[in-house]
Amino acid sequence: MTAEVRTEASAQGGLRAWLLAETVTGPGQARAQKLYLGWRRFAANPLALLGLGIVLALVLLAVLAPLVATHDPFAQSLDRRLLPPSSSHLLGTDELGRDIWSRIAYGARITLMIVLLVALIAGPLGLLIGTVAGYLGGWVDVALMRLTDVFLSFPGLILALAFVAALGSGLENAILAIALTAWPPIARLARAETLTVRRADYIAAVRLAGASDLRIIVRHVMPICIPSVIIRITLNMAGIILTAAGLGFLGLGAQPPSPEWGAMLSTGRAYMLGSWWLAAMPGIAILVVSLGFNLLGDALRDVLDPRSS
Amino acid sequence: MSRAFVSVRDLRVSFGRGARLIHAVDGVSFDVAEGEVFGLVGESGCGKSTILRALSGLNPDWSGEATIAGRPVARTRDPAMARTVQMVFQDPYGSLHPKHTVETALMEPVRIHGLGDGPRRIERVLTEVGLSPAFRYRYPHQLSGGQRQRVAIARALILEPRVLLLDEPTSALDVSVQAEILNLLSDIRRTENLTYILVSHDFGVIAHMCDRVAVMNHGVILEELTVEALMQGRMRHAYTRELYEASAGYTRRLERSGEEADVAA
Repeated sequence: MTAEVRTEASAQGGLRAWLLAETVTGPGQARAQKLYLGWRRFAANPLALLGLGIVLALVLLAVLAPLVATHDPFAQSLDRRLLPPSSSHLLGTDELGRDIWSRIAYGARITLMIVLLVALIAGPLGLLIGTVAGYLGGWVDVALMRLTDVFLSFPGLILALAFVAALGSGLENAILAIALTAWPPIARLARAETLTVRRADYIAAVRLAGASDLRIIVRHVMPICIPSVIIRITLNMAGIILTAAGLGFLGLGAQPPSPEWGAMLSTGRAYMLGSWWLAAMPGIAILVVSLGFNLLGDALRDVLDPRSS
Repeated sequence: MSRAFVSVRDLRVSFGRGARLIHAVDGVSFDVAEGEVFGLVGESGCGKSTILRALSGLNPDWSGEATIAGRPVARTRDPAMARTVQMVFQDPYGSLHPKHTVETALMEPVRIHGLGDGPRRIERVLTEVGLSPAFRYRYPHQLSGGQRQRVAIARALILEPRVLLLDEPTSALDVSVQAEILNLLSDIRRTENLTYILVSHDFGVIAHMCDRVAVMNHGVILEELTVEALMQGRMRHAYTRELYEASAGYTRRLERSGEEADVAA
């Protein structure tokens, strides 16, 4: 009887028991346990789940855009222009009669691409520059940090404007420009984090084992910095989206007829008084996605930052 | 001392510049024979840990001469030296990488030196420090202080060094665990024929572990004496006596308060 109960319990909680087991039998289980405990802390926070939900919704919207869009986002029909939201056009139509809901759905792809590419360029770049400067110190630190200061001394949007003006307008150049303005704060953060650990005994121990500087930076310093870099990038996502929208708004980012949210907002501005939905709908989309990334970043900080626990 | 295994001559380390120049170690010489346990004792800031950091290669800014196992100690880090000299740090809470499992921490030196047979080596050192293989995939935060220090010792042993530098290896641990770790270190020294240089401010630890001890103050060695001489109170320097009695008095007070507690119970 007791044996039966026990097998039943272990069958029910098999995965759970494995994830919480005291004796760990392999590196995979050790990693899975760590992830699971992190997830439990994350899931305990309702705002965190909301943030994650919004970001997942953005991803789904981008992936499923052809399925959820009710119209062709580029199809113009001048007899249906400036229609208010209705059952045939969920969020109304714009000044050329294009369906705003469908354009927002396809625009999610552009937003997601901007965010991902900027994170993939700025994150590793900032992490590398920050950890190298912080770990090596001396003139390397001085040179890299003065360079960072130069980038930091301009407001991000202004610098992005200058880059786009130099490189020519367009989405790719806008992404590049935003990435170039996004790495300095990350480098600063990674350097500060590196300075707190470079004198740690565990770094001294691996130096004693004969490790090269490169190995120490990549395998021992970077894992310490990565959580704060991820948090920082997630929190910066909102700013990145706004900068991209700002560049689109000024006509320097995505070019018409691409359904970039900032560009849609910009053209909607001219019709704001008569047809509020042209500007409001992409504006709401930008707001919600920015909020989602901010909530997610805050929650990740609670889970990943060892100092908060 | 003709067959000195570790030999240090006129070692000097200073920090800072100009008016704020501090001579942390101001001309220290000593010899340690193979298989011996040599103690460095003194109050905080007397330069004893600085000597270990210079010998290990962690601090390259020193002058003087040092040889270990017949090879001069280089100012820069030297991979061959890593397999001769290893160090156990004071604080086991700071000496293990928080994001690495025991396995990763132990595997790292093996990988750096391109040695094969990692899993077998890990199993051997874990057994040697008295940890079951079940600890392999634990993270440091899942271990107690004593277990962490055992992992740190295992990491120092995995490259099979000849000399271990012990920087107050028990001072950050609970009293109940200190003796365990000290006995473990003694056992390992006997089975592996290691040479220890042990830094401590605790005469109890020194008396338990060492053959000879050097008493340091303000960056210089005041005197060198055997542990027997120390226990019999045959020190030449007033400072040594003061330090020894302060430490012994503290122990006696501890014992007395323990007895009182027994009586009360």
